[in-house]
Amino acid sequence: MSEVDVERLLRSALVPIEPSGALTDRLEQRLSELTATAADELADWELSSMRDPRNWVRPVAAVVIGGTAAGALVVVRARQQQRKRETSGLRALEKSVRGVAEDVQKRLRR
Amino acid sequence: MDEPADKQRLDRDFTELYRAHLRDVYSYAYYRIGNHHDAEDLTEQTFLQAYRHFERAQRESDGRPLRPWLIRIAHNLAANYYRDRSRRPQTQLEDAAIISTPHDTERLVEGREEVQEVLEGVSNLPDDRREALIMRFALDMDNREIARALGRSEGATKVLIHRAIRQLEESLKEPARDE
Repeated sequence: MSEVDVERLLRSALVPIEPSGALTDRLEQRLSELTATAADELADWELSSMRDPRNWVRPVAAVVIGGTAAGALVVVRARQQQRKRETSGLRALEKSVRGVAEDVQKRLRR
Repeated sequence: MDEPADKQRLDRDFTELYRAHLRDVYSYAYYRIGNHHDAEDLTEQTFLQAYRHFERAQRESDGRPLRPWLIRIAHNLAANYYRDRSRRPQTQLEDAAIISTPHDTERLVEGREEVQEVLEGVSNLPDDRREALIMRFALDMDNREIARALGRSEGATKVLIHRAIRQLEESLKEPARDE
């Protein structure tokens, strides 16, 4: 028997094995649970991020959502709009504070 | 990692990895462990552990395929399995053949005895040689992938596979000499 014969026999013997449907179902269920947990953590991150003013002006990366997370895109867009509104509100506040400060300086100079 | 898009991308990439390599991990686990029940457990644990460390693995892979990393996880878990339970592999050809798609019934009957001998020979090889052959022939991995999965150089892997085949060749000749 040559090395080539042994390789041929090995290819016949060590065939790939399809996992059972039961394993696939169980594993996908477990992975879905883990992904859902990760999604919950994501939602928590979003909320905590919104509470922290430092994150209001944080650049928002393009959010690519596919498959099961498609619904989340609407939520994220709504949050982006909310952030924009809050950011512009913050800018208006900064502008008015700057205006008051300039006004006070002008009065002190007089 | 703290960006939503990153998490979603990771989950999507992991799903792709899972779909692409579920059969590889299961085949490895089965030929390594030798029974379907424990092979299923090992496969499940492999993917759960892979999910936990996927982000880092992807970051450090530098674009290289992640199959060797996945098989290495299975390899480590299998080593723990034997260490914890003091078990040895027990290959059950018939169970494997029944659910494996590449065998048709006619070939199965014709080659069963021959295949059984080969599987017995493989199961009697030292662990590293057996694993290398499983990766090469059941998973169709190349030397580079096997080297990464086993944590060896490509050269050492090539030698390992060559020696494994030679040892198996010798063991298959032995019954003929006895006759």
